[in-house]
Amino acid sequence: MERSTEPIERAAAGTDGAGSAPWAGFSTLLYKELLRFWKVGVQTIAAPVLTALLYLLIFGHVFEDRAQVYGQLSYTAFLVPGLVMMSMLQNAFANSSSSLTQAKVTGSIVFVLLPPLSHAEFFSAYVLAAVVRGLAVGAGVLAVTLPLAPVPIAHPLWAVAFALAGCAILGTLGVIAGIWAEKFDQLAAFQNFLVVPLTFLAGVFYSIHSLPAFWQRVSHLNPFFYMIDGFRYGFFGLSDVDPRLSLAIVAVFLVGLSAVTLALLKSGYRLRH
Amino acid sequence: MTAAIEIRGLSKRYGVVQALDGIDLEVPRGEFFGLLGPNGAGKTTLISILAGLARADRGTARVMGHDVLADYRAARHALGVVPQELVFDPFFTVRETLTIQAGYYGLRANRAWIDEVMQHLDLTAKADANMRTLSGGMKRRVLVAQALVHRPPVIVLDEPTAGVDVELRQGLWQFVRRLNRDGHTVVLTTHYLEEAEMLCDRIAMLKGGRIVALDATADLIRRFHAIYLQVRFEGAMPARLAPLAVESEAGRYTFKLAEYADVETALAELRAAGCRILEMEVIQPDLEEVFVQIMRGEGGTQH
Repeated sequence: MERSTEPIERAAAGTDGAGSAPWAGFSTLLYKELLRFWKVGVQTIAAPVLTALLYLLIFGHVFEDRAQVYGQLSYTAFLVPGLVMMSMLQNAFANSSSSLTQAKVTGSIVFVLLPPLSHAEFFSAYVLAAVVRGLAVGAGVLAVTLPLAPVPIAHPLWAVAFALAGCAILGTLGVIAGIWAEKFDQLAAFQNFLVVPLTFLAGVFYSIHSLPAFWQRVSHLNPFFYMIDGFRYGFFGLSDVDPRLSLAIVAVFLVGLSAVTLALLKSGYRLRH
Repeated sequence: MTAAIEIRGLSKRYGVVQALDGIDLEVPRGEFFGLLGPNGAGKTTLISILAGLARADRGTARVMGHDVLADYRAARHALGVVPQELVFDPFFTVRETLTIQAGYYGLRANRAWIDEVMQHLDLTAKADANMRTLSGGMKRRVLVAQALVHRPPVIVLDEPTAGVDVELRQGLWQFVRRLNRDGHTVVLTTHYLEEAEMLCDRIAMLKGGRIVALDATADLIRRFHAIYLQVRFEGAMPARLAPLAVESEAGRYTFKLAEYADVETALAELRAAGCRILEMEVIQPDLEEVFVQIMRGEGGTQH
């Protein structure tokens, strides 16, 4: 049929051609993800800080004079970095996984599937938001626990490096879990049977040197162990494993998981049916 | 000029269900196109593949010449989709929702357009209301606005008026018509056939994942060119007219005629028989009738 073509060109201008610049949508998706958890900050930041504080008070009280950690170090002080890291890891995971799963369950996932976001933009925005949430919770836990159990911060850069890598790994795992889970109980299973055991068995509450040799070796197979051990080195300058080795292992793990996640996104697995 | 939408040999199977079975379709730029069919005919699957929400098993789909897989960024930029489900993100206000959606397309400074879209859809008063607090009709409007924030040249509306009140429907169609006049290609699926008849230049009917009819709306209706003459009259039924009556009720007869010229003949018969006409109405075939016949399998094959 005949129509004036002039408006067609006008309507099409700017949206029809090559699309937007690469990474144009990334900052918005990141902003959206940050706004999402910030708006419910009591739930996403304050609550985990309180939980960590309770762990410190109760475990510190019960085990202060019983648990053997590093030489002169008090058990409560030993516990602080572990709790900070555990809180960061769990919340980084919770952020990306629950955001994706909720969007899938409610159907609002289409709002991020319809735009021209590349796989890398999609991945980076969810992981970075998870890192920010993890760091925010970690800072909160550190702020409330330090007055109760003063700990030194021997190598802050090491601590920051492991905090970043740990949050990124769990944020990535959260993306995988969010892609995989079709409902909240599947997400809960992923969390309860994988994330929580790996975190608890990584030496949050104990030094693996207190374990029998066999379980020490098993612990070395748990990638979470290196995150927590390396993070603790940042505080005490002491660790079970050389922090350089730990950081290398953690980095390899992060790169591997990221590659898996990008491949999943590219394949459309459980997102684009 | 490349077509707005170009689909070649598109097939998609979900388990045992063949959702799409070799669809070929081309929608030229600027057209108002209707996609009709019963539930499960494949309309939403077709739209999902166009939008990149689903992957085809075979075949290709292009939006403004951009392949939806190989060149997905450009294809998605060119497309605005109003999904069928009434979905929303409960964390945000209407304005936040629209600003964020525009940002996904790399658009920052387009507050003026967002304001305009909100105004056209009567959303301005609710701009700062949380999505959760909106009624179903309002949420539907936001979905339409979200599809338009990046001014896509091709707009797909998947049953946008399902469960929507009359006022919004009117307003929505006015707005969509304006967009179409401004050059946007519009693809519409709807269950309200009078809407499709009123709005669409051309219509494809889907059944079981196949296109069973595809034609200009007027031609599609003309192919079923029976027209109906409904008359109430005093006097005896003329013998020549009796076989044409398909319905009679309380002295009111409906005659099935092949074309408009037959109306004259029928009236002449009545006059010749000395009948006095009390009421008369000519009923044209509408899309609904065409649809029902095609879906029953009476519509014949593709032309």
